[in-house]
Amino acid sequence: MARIYAGLTTSHVPAIGAAIDLGKTAEPYWRPVFEGYEFSKHWVSQQPPDVIILVYNDHASAFSQEIIPTFALGCADRFEPADEGWGPRPVPSVLGHAELAAHIAQSVILDEFDLTIVNKMEVDHGLTVPLSLVFGQPAEWPCRVIPLAVNVVQYPPPTGHRCFEFGRAIARAVESYPEDLRVMVWGTGGMSHQLQGQRAGLINQKFDNHFLDTIGPDPVALTRISHLEYLRESGSEGIELVMWLIMRGALHEHVRVLHRFYHVPASNTAVGHLLLDNT
Amino acid sequence: MERQNDYDDIPGTTVFDAERARRGYHLNMFCMSLMKAENRAAFKADQAAFLQRFPMTPEQREAVLQRDWNRMIELGGNIYYLAKLFSTDGKSFQFTAAQMTGMSQEQYAQMMLAGGRSPDGNRSKSEWKDRG
Repeated sequence: MARIYAGLTTSHVPAIGAAIDLGKTAEPYWRPVFEGYEFSKHWVSQQPPDVIILVYNDHASAFSQEIIPTFALGCADRFEPADEGWGPRPVPSVLGHAELAAHIAQSVILDEFDLTIVNKMEVDHGLTVPLSLVFGQPAEWPCRVIPLAVNVVQYPPPTGHRCFEFGRAIARAVESYPEDLRVMVWGTGGMSHQLQGQRAGLINQKFDNHFLDTIGPDPVALTRISHLEYLRESGSEGIELVMWLIMRGALHEHVRVLHRFYHVPASNTAVGHLLLDNT
Repeated sequence: MERQNDYDDIPGTTVFDAERARRGYHLNMFCMSLMKAENRAAFKADQAAFLQRFPMTPEQREAVLQRDWNRMIELGGNIYYLAKLFSTDGKSFQFTAAQMTGMSQEQYAQMMLAGGRSPDGNRSKSEWKDRG
């Protein structure tokens, strides 16, 4: 039987990807960011997953205004890095797990989560920056990755509560898959940031730290945060944090926080990262 | 008639909702076209002519030519689409964010290093009344 043994959350700031790609990780500005991931890099290398279900958002790369799926599950064998306007990131192709993805799609749709099945899709920094943070710069990614893209670009994203319940449906799907697979679920994006308008640069450390402290022991409390509160308190792009609740919903009620990291700033954004033990 | 939304009270912030997305559709699709190298080249060769390929409003075209980011957002642009435009210019998110706030990039970067813009005093338009 497949089982979810750990969860991970991280921001997916594009400038972090650029710092890795351009060899700037040891510079004084960036070093504290990358040091915050050392524990998890080591832990994951010692307990590697077969598959990661990676919750992220597309930033007008694979999806434009032509098609805007709220939840889109990547069911292909392979996903290439997208050209986001300055050429694709120099990272390996992402290999999917089409069989498990098809099983999840069938299971969650019958469980009343009507997601979109995507068999052709490029993946942008939202998906590849978290992989780079945890796995560095390998010739091939060390495991399969099932992309789960969530619309957080056009308002409204799905509610935090809906995301949490969707995560629970994903857990039921994974647990009913017959093959022995070690699965991690990653929730990415956030933390507080605003990239637009005269209020750009907003960071709310109190909000972020409360979110980091609460998502382990009491995620249900976080599912009650309204969209207005996210927008007002964590910035217009901080609302990406609903994606962390999909990850959390896929884990057990009780989890152990193995690692917690918070840092301001990476470019315009507060960086938050957690590693959660689900055994 | 313009709909009133609870988030309209947040100062200096334009929520990219369904109505704004509708208004900005062609502006954003122009930006999407810049993901292709040949379109980037054609745009750089003659910006005004390239913009004629898209049924945008004259105001949207003018905002693009002026690189008036706040105006593009007001006219339905979304930052992740506009990113294709400033990337074509060789500019970063931080450069563009600084422009939108009216700060120099240096001032903006310093603000971020000091912990970013506090939410205190920036939650409601009523708190911005005294600003020019």
